[in-house]
Amino acid sequence: MNMKAEAGRSGKNVRSDCRVAIALRESGGIDLQLRSKVDALYGASIRALAAEVLDKFEIQNAEVVIEDSGALPYTIAARIETAVKRLRPDETRSFLLPYREGLRRATTRDRFRRSRLYLPGNDPKLAINAGIHQPDGVILDLEDSVAPPEKDAARLLVRNTLREVDFYGAERMVRINQLPLGLADLDAIIPQEPNLILIPKVESAAQVTEVVDHIESLRASFGIEMPVHLMPIIESARGAVQAFEIACAHGSVVALAIGLEDYTADIGAERTLEGNESLWMRGAVLNAARAAGVQAIDTVFSDVNDMDALLASVREAKALGFDGKGCIHPRQIPVVHTGFAPDAREIEKAKKIVRAFDEAERLGLGVVSLGSKMIDPPVVKRAQHTIDLALRTGILNEGWKEEENEG
Amino acid sequence: MKDNLVLNAAGREVVTEINGVPAVPYQGVGKFRPEGRKAAPPVPTCADYPADGNKVVADLRTALMKAGLRDGMTISTHHHFRNGDLVANRIFDAAAELGVKDLRWFPSAAFPCHEPLIRHLDSGVIHHIEGSMNGPLGDYASAGKMRGLGVLRSHGGRYQAVQDGEVHIDIAVIAAPTSDPFGNCNGVNGPSACGGLGFALADSQYADRVIVVTDNLVPYPCVPWQLMGNNVDSVVVVDKVGDPEKIVSGTTNITKSPDRLLIAELTARFVEAAGILRDGFSFQAGAGGTALSFALFLRDMMRAKNIRARFVRGGSTQYLVDMLNEGLTDYILDGQTFDLAGVRSMRDNPNHIHTNPFVSYNYHNKGNIASMIDVVVLGATEVDVHFNANVVTHSDGRLLHGIGGWQNCLFSKCTILPIPSFRDRIPVIVDEVTTLCGPGELIDVIVTERGIAINPLRQDLIDRTKNSGLPLRTIESLKDEIESICGGAPEKPRFRDNPIAAIKWVDGTVIDIVRQLQ
Repeated sequence: MNMKAEAGRSGKNVRSDCRVAIALRESGGIDLQLRSKVDALYGASIRALAAEVLDKFEIQNAEVVIEDSGALPYTIAARIETAVKRLRPDETRSFLLPYREGLRRATTRDRFRRSRLYLPGNDPKLAINAGIHQPDGVILDLEDSVAPPEKDAARLLVRNTLREVDFYGAERMVRINQLPLGLADLDAIIPQEPNLILIPKVESAAQVTEVVDHIESLRASFGIEMPVHLMPIIESARGAVQAFEIACAHGSVVALAIGLEDYTADIGAERTLEGNESLWMRGAVLNAARAAGVQAIDTVFSDVNDMDALLASVREAKALGFDGKGCIHPRQIPVVHTGFAPDAREIEKAKKIVRAFDEAERLGLGVVSLGSKMIDPPVVKRAQHTIDLALRTGILNEGWKEEENEG
Repeated sequence: MKDNLVLNAAGREVVTEINGVPAVPYQGVGKFRPEGRKAAPPVPTCADYPADGNKVVADLRTALMKAGLRDGMTISTHHHFRNGDLVANRIFDAAAELGVKDLRWFPSAAFPCHEPLIRHLDSGVIHHIEGSMNGPLGDYASAGKMRGLGVLRSHGGRYQAVQDGEVHIDIAVIAAPTSDPFGNCNGVNGPSACGGLGFALADSQYADRVIVVTDNLVPYPCVPWQLMGNNVDSVVVVDKVGDPEKIVSGTTNITKSPDRLLIAELTARFVEAAGILRDGFSFQAGAGGTALSFALFLRDMMRAKNIRARFVRGGSTQYLVDMLNEGLTDYILDGQTFDLAGVRSMRDNPNHIHTNPFVSYNYHNKGNIASMIDVVVLGATEVDVHFNANVVTHSDGRLLHGIGGWQNCLFSKCTILPIPSFRDRIPVIVDEVTTLCGPGELIDVIVTERGIAINPLRQDLIDRTKNSGLPLRTIESLKDEIESICGGAPEKPRFRDNPIAAIKWVDGTVIDIVRQLQ
């Protein structure tokens, strides 16, 4: 057992986080020193929470220093627990605050996944307000945005984030680490019922199956009924070749996503703005996803200052057939939604098809036709999707059918 | 309640006497009518001034002695140099050398650069400060270390206090970026250019003695003469009146915070939905990150809808100047200038107008600009469920900011506070503000990242925006959500009984007090 450990961050430029240092001692009880910018407002509350966490782990004699930069209770609890577990690597208990009501909501396989906002898993300040920017999904990232020595801290913080932070209807996603580290992530995360797990650097169906097996055993032991969707990320030459098998590996796969940084390095190319080096791979993944009946999600756009280039990039992705794009900054979200929104011509066409479908239903016809042309079911489905997108983006009114009838 | 405190119309305990002078408790918006005639300084005679117009004296100390500096006097300064002011500290250094005590410093605002004055407060050279106390001086006062009671007034309230003779300025020291030997001066030329000098107007007109301090003396005449040399007693030339980098910034950057951008965007969308955005409208937005971004979102909407404002009130910056040059507004009516582009524009563009608190804000007056503006966006440290707002203290009770033109601007046709609902863990929307600076009946809309609350008194705004698709909600529901995020309602700061500062309302009454922290 270690005698001293710490967790979290403090300092002038740190916000919404705290640094916790615990030094065990033989006697003398708990000596808690709190330095907090919110001491006058929440000092008593922070002290009470710290005492509760320490009590849970039966720490009776220690000097505890908390340097707080306005961390919310779930963050403070996560940091104290991380420090405790760094003292005692074999500690298996957890300190969990009550699960905020209304956060656990199942999502459907085919919901919109136009925008998914990456949030570094070990930085609380970005997650707190992520939902107000209304992305279709948020990704609490345990992988590339978290330095190796902080993986344990991020896991507990993300666990607590899922229990506490309201993302206002965004799909709650977690990107785990590559296996086997990712399995430990699942142990902490799956009991909190996220909607979707992103698996990085997937190169084979077997990797997906391994994740599925682990999730299924956790769901069984925790009695979880809500579905956990999977989004494997293809980011290598081998992965691209195996994309179809990966997409078909299990029924819980709902989308394939693309990571281009690693892919371009893997094929020995340089990543360019035009992206010719990845065009084949994006097409291959898209085709595999469609063949397997799952969504295809494009990579992130990394220049957060160039919204015009982002819009062009989203329009290109839409033209290629992609359903979504990764976001690394909240201001990208509305641009991505605009980019994926159907244009007036698409909407008009879709309206005609949906109306023809409604008419066929009303008359009890087995076949949908528009004029003299028969309409196949995938086209109807696509048209309905276009209408849904237009409704979601606010360019079409919910009551469009009635309005047009009146008109 | 202590004997010397009474409850005012806002239900706040306030003082009835400030530093020995009786004070009127706040009576409600529009209820108290300031009366009387304008105060007047002694009328000087040309015979006592050099016929050649050369009023230059050797140094500041000489000028102060010539002005008759003695114990207990009131010395005023202005804050156009913001945190780059190099003059105020020198006045009190000189006073200390002369062995003068118990001065009242009457700045239009104090900044962190004035921290060295704590020494003169401790030693007794300065008795107390009446003016905004930003940063370290606010902390000093909050700790109960200042001898007299601090008095915080709005820019308009300060003008009125001087005009009405409530504050008699013995010596005004006006730091000027450019002056001639006669004392005509302006803020648009010279190495320390700051834009206008409007905050020093009352001081120049009503003080017994006026000293102009400059680092850029030009031969008579100094044009434009924003302040008239006919009011000036002496002119002092020094190496440097200010630190240019801290006076104005080379460039003004808009916020990159996605949350603040969202708040700014929602605010602009609200203005559009409420029907305020139309040809010939007017707005005021300062240089704070959110306000500036709001102006840019508004600009984009104006371009898209081909709308032109009649005037924009600043705090001017490069962005407002660009709007002026682009023809999106006929005029900028500028109260203070925040960057070099603003200074250049005020100097070179006749449609970029230099204003002062008399025309903009003074309540004891025949009207002012503030009540004519269609929409203003302002900040706040706290807002309560009755829409009352605080701008001077933090939630922990420390006095850290001045009122500025904030109270005066509340009289606009639509007052919007675009604010985060909480900062880190500090709730901004609370059950009751720590210090009342603005009554809720004048605050129309709160825009936060989690939704927009319209004051129920503004049924017209509620009606006009109800189908806008904007996230409208009650202020109570915002408060409840924020408290649930922050871990419950915050504790209240713990104060001692004794007041350390009085907060004046625009009409000169006392709307609240700030107490010493425990």
